[in-house]
Amino acid sequence: MLKVDPRDKTKLIDPLFAAPGARFWLAALALSAVIAWGGTMYARQFIFGLGETGMNRPTYWGVYMVNFIFFIGISHAGTLISAILRVTGAEWRRPITRVAEAITTFALIVGTLQIIIDMGRPDRLLFVILHGRLQSPILWDVISVTAYFLGSITYLYLPLIPDVAILRDNAPETAPGWQRKLYTLLALGWRGNREQWARLEKAISIMAVFIIPVAVSVHTIISWILATTVQPGWHSSIFGPYFVVGAIFSGIGALFIAMTAVRKVLGLEQYIAGRQYRNLGLLFVTMNAIWAYFTYAEHLSIAAGQQVEEFPVLAAKLWGEFAPGFWLMVALMAAAFWALAVPRLLPAAAERVPVFRPRYALASAGAAAVVLFLLVTPQPTSVHAALTDAQIRTLGWALLALFVVGAGLGVSPWLKARPVTASVIAAVCVVIGMWLERWNIIVPTLTHPRLIPYSLYQPTLTEISLTAASLALFGLMFLVFFKLFPAVSIWEVAEGRVIEEAQSKIVIPAPEPSETRRLRQRRLKL
Amino acid sequence: MRWSMVIDLDKCVACQGCSIACRFENNTPVVNPSEALKGRAIRWNDVFPLPINPTEETGEYPHVQTRYLTRPCMHCDNPPCVKVCPVQATYKDEEGLVRQNYARCIGCRFCTVACPYGVRYFNWYAPEWAGALHATPVSAPEYANPDRIEGGGDLEGPAVRPLGVVEKCTFCIHRMQKARARAEAEGRDFRADEYVPACVETCTGKARFFGDLDDLHSTVSMLAVSPRAFRLLEDVGTHPKVIYLREG
Repeated sequence: MLKVDPRDKTKLIDPLFAAPGARFWLAALALSAVIAWGGTMYARQFIFGLGETGMNRPTYWGVYMVNFIFFIGISHAGTLISAILRVTGAEWRRPITRVAEAITTFALIVGTLQIIIDMGRPDRLLFVILHGRLQSPILWDVISVTAYFLGSITYLYLPLIPDVAILRDNAPETAPGWQRKLYTLLALGWRGNREQWARLEKAISIMAVFIIPVAVSVHTIISWILATTVQPGWHSSIFGPYFVVGAIFSGIGALFIAMTAVRKVLGLEQYIAGRQYRNLGLLFVTMNAIWAYFTYAEHLSIAAGQQVEEFPVLAAKLWGEFAPGFWLMVALMAAAFWALAVPRLLPAAAERVPVFRPRYALASAGAAAVVLFLLVTPQPTSVHAALTDAQIRTLGWALLALFVVGAGLGVSPWLKARPVTASVIAAVCVVIGMWLERWNIIVPTLTHPRLIPYSLYQPTLTEISLTAASLALFGLMFLVFFKLFPAVSIWEVAEGRVIEEAQSKIVIPAPEPSETRRLRQRRLKL
Repeated sequence: MRWSMVIDLDKCVACQGCSIACRFENNTPVVNPSEALKGRAIRWNDVFPLPINPTEETGEYPHVQTRYLTRPCMHCDNPPCVKVCPVQATYKDEEGLVRQNYARCIGCRFCTVACPYGVRYFNWYAPEWAGALHATPVSAPEYANPDRIEGGGDLEGPAVRPLGVVEKCTFCIHRMQKARARAEAEGRDFRADEYVPACVETCTGKARFFGDLDDLHSTVSMLAVSPRAFRLLEDVGTHPKVIYLREG
């Protein structure tokens, strides 16, 4: 019989045995409906062919490929949190490891599904194994994603064993038989003795070290699918690290959203608290900066090179038909950076300055929207204008930047007071932004080939439905998983409490003021 | 043998006869006009203006420079499509032809993305033919080519292809097989000049030459060293075996 802290019992264990409420059924039903719709659309596509999508020649890949890279990218949340932070011994990771590991596993399932959806002959899926050619980056991908999936499902399961044993031992009498059986089966006879703990710790440590290179390889290889071709805009050596950074970046975004949802729905405010948001936020800002650096480096080399084939791809992104998506991506990433970085830097007294008030933010945002509208819609040109059209446009963009910064400044104290909301806003921005980033990498290159006329690509209802269904499937897996298993790793949190208690007894000598030390070094009398 | 094609752009009149001959020879599926507008038409041998996409050098009407290019598969010596195929549905055979097996293709479209020449086409819908192409060669409609390469897990060239696979120019490999079979039946060695692809046979301006690049005395070998000879997109490192002779 494994004992459990009464706090954990009421918050984490009891809800698992309670009958699912109306909210649960409503959510499950809504998600299932979206999935069923997606299934219908897929059946259509399966019968009639990929012609049901908006793909064409030369845009042979579209939303499905974007989704694939996006979901596999999201899956890097688990690795970052549970492996890197575990290896480095970051204590604050404890309450969010479970959510992170679940994201990894589910995102990998949904991501792999995208490839099957994208295949012209899904019935020949096994050919990849039967007739696989190791020279093809797709085969590298099959190997690395399979390894990652097996690794991450193991990695989700291993820390779950003690928790499942706790559930088995603490199940109330009223618990349904199948649930007890499930926990008994999954606990693998866990009794929590020293030998078992030693083995588990060893297994988790090995997995944690093993899964980091696998995770890095997964997104590197996905980038190599693009980078090993000679297509303009893809044939770039920076793609490997660029994609890995983007993957971890979007993974943290997904983690922010998932952990906030779990915290809100299950009322886990005392577990997932300010510390997690603060530290993860710092990582998020760092990844944002690295991502921005890579993005700039990647585009600068194309812009400066002005190669006849590459440059039209970049031009399409900067001011062509892909400009709205590209600049929206940039704006979302900048907003995410701002939402997490600037409120931290803001002194508490800033609120006394009138400009740092939400109503000024609203006013600035409104003004920015008006300026943006005027800039992107065709305006009549005055014949006798003192300024040329180009000058007016430059002024307009400067004004827009000014208003946007004003709005950002105004909203900062509001964000400072609400770190969780700020994190979620940043996370939503980044997750959308990273989807757009993949879109901006895949599609413009395909629509600007060398010897085929430039084309346009517009996703059809089939592709949109299947994207929605994929997201719904992702959500549904979460819903069911966290109805069956604790959203916070019970034993890891309990272990954390013990460590914290032990550390609180250590008395650290107060540091001497730097002034004193400086004087002493110069052998001066105090 | 290393099969190669030489196209003399000075003689090419851009009549698109090669495209049509290819279509009939290889039973290329037709698509309806709305699909064709989406860019889903299948033309193993395409004829298009060069540069196909506007650049700063194209100029504006009437000061334009227009060239036309006819483009079969380049049958590269270093084919980017073969390198990326996960299942060996496309492969380079010992005579340097880049072949495509419909029975193996999983429809991932990596090869279509990787090919810088855009010679590969995907069957977005189940291929359609007016008339019973699926019937036996005897009862097939008059225009359908009854030649087939199928069986033993292979489905190539003019064979009836299924939905969701990639297809491309094969240098009329079924013609070569027929010529080989004839030579064998007559008990003699097969010679490189015994067969030409349909586009070469039909060419209005006699602009196309076909032959063995390994034979230094073949027409293609001699034309390949002409100062007018160039290859398409030489800078992408694919080493095409279709050689063009520059106009003028």
